[in-house]
Amino acid sequence: MVDLWQGYAWPGLVIVAQIFAILVPLLLTVAYLTYAERKVIAAMQMRKGPNVVGPFGLLQPVADGIKLLFKETVIPSGANRVVFIAAPVVTFVLSLIGWAVIPFDFGVVLSDINVGILYLFAISSLGVYGVIMAGWASNSKYAFLGALRSAAQMVSYEIAIGFVIITVLLCVGSLNLTDIVLAQKDLWFAIPLLPMFVIFFISALAETNRAPFDLPEAEAELVAGYSVEYSSLTFALFFLGEYANMILMSALTVILFLGGWLPPLDVAPFNWIPGPVWFAVKIAGLLFLFLWVRATFPRYRYDQLMRLGWKVFLPASLFWVVLTAGVLVATGWAPV
Amino acid sequence: MTVLDRSARTLFLTELLSGLALTLRYFFKPKVTLNYPFEKGPLSPRFKGEHVLRRYPNGEERCIACKLCEAICPALAITIESEPRADGSRRATRYDIDMTKCIYCGFCQESCPVDAIVEGPNFEFSTETREELLYDKEKLLANGDRWETEIAANLAADMPYR
Repeated sequence: MVDLWQGYAWPGLVIVAQIFAILVPLLLTVAYLTYAERKVIAAMQMRKGPNVVGPFGLLQPVADGIKLLFKETVIPSGANRVVFIAAPVVTFVLSLIGWAVIPFDFGVVLSDINVGILYLFAISSLGVYGVIMAGWASNSKYAFLGALRSAAQMVSYEIAIGFVIITVLLCVGSLNLTDIVLAQKDLWFAIPLLPMFVIFFISALAETNRAPFDLPEAEAELVAGYSVEYSSLTFALFFLGEYANMILMSALTVILFLGGWLPPLDVAPFNWIPGPVWFAVKIAGLLFLFLWVRATFPRYRYDQLMRLGWKVFLPASLFWVVLTAGVLVATGWAPV
Repeated sequence: MTVLDRSARTLFLTELLSGLALTLRYFFKPKVTLNYPFEKGPLSPRFKGEHVLRRYPNGEERCIACKLCEAICPALAITIESEPRADGSRRATRYDIDMTKCIYCGFCQESCPVDAIVEGPNFEFSTETREELLYDKEKLLANGDRWETEIAANLAADMPYR
């Protein structure tokens, strides 16, 4: 009995507690990201944004959540019920499980696996399944077209993201996310690999279906894309999943290029601030960039989107892989 | 040179960055939002809102049932019936405006020889049922009593231009 408790039950409880310690702040962040998005876009359009519910409108996400919760879940008569319900669940779960390998500080990570970056890459690629299941199961033309677009777009930009990750890995010599961060102790990769950083950020926009690459939900042509038949909680799961994915991609960008939890300079005032705070601040900065881009740029046309992915980003990132590898070998800086 | 110039601009995303700089400037500009139910914008004295039927200062209703407003109403929203009253003056026994038909053109106000029917400054008179928008004489006179101060001020302000 004691063995059972000490060997299985107690570690299990600890892991569940750790999971909640990550997920609860994450979901709160997601809720307030929607609020921040409305505020930032409003400010850039010289409006005030939500300011009625609670002080400064701070309870707006709660009001939105309650509204969605009490709506009716409509399942179209032509829909495949099982897949229709499974799709938002898949999207939501996939956007959360990526956080298992994200290091918040040195050693503060749920699961410090040696192939962390591959795991994250796989999770973000699986995200397309939720979308395409939703589009197919809805049995509606708009939803299906939106899902097809989304699938094509995510596949195209994943290739560029893959090459960008390879350049970073060439400089690090490890697939472990903690090692990737520690390799940036002296110099963040955003500086020597600046073009890759830009390509990665733009591809992250496309990967999370954010403006200006939000073609899957282009309301002018596709009503609401793959989520057109969804309502109530099923829609809320898609919504939360999209925003959680934005945060996950920002966290990945911070780890790959902006030195994770490391302070910008390892000197007195900066290294007093604990690592998780630096990590959160960097993510917040990138999320602001996401919203800023959405408030600034018009949506891409579909063929331009494909051209950018295949004819610009793919050759450019491939060129940088070769260049980085060449420089590393020629100078002998390559990690052992 | 132009080719080099153009490709450099594309490569360094200068136009994207200038776009971002523009939205960032707007981010810090003062906001133009009017918190509507709490703050309201200015209204012209000529503003054409909800109709009222006015009275003379002694409490006698102005309308003499000449039916000019009924005749000119392009939406046929006004219905008037009249009879001579006991004291021999001609008054409306019925004065109905269908507010769902009204297009707020202001012709009734223009045609009225005694300034009885006036479109007041009130624009917040939405209702929950259609029937509540079928105004009768009683409702219009009540509106007149409610808005008389503002309407008198507005008419006085607009008088030099009539």
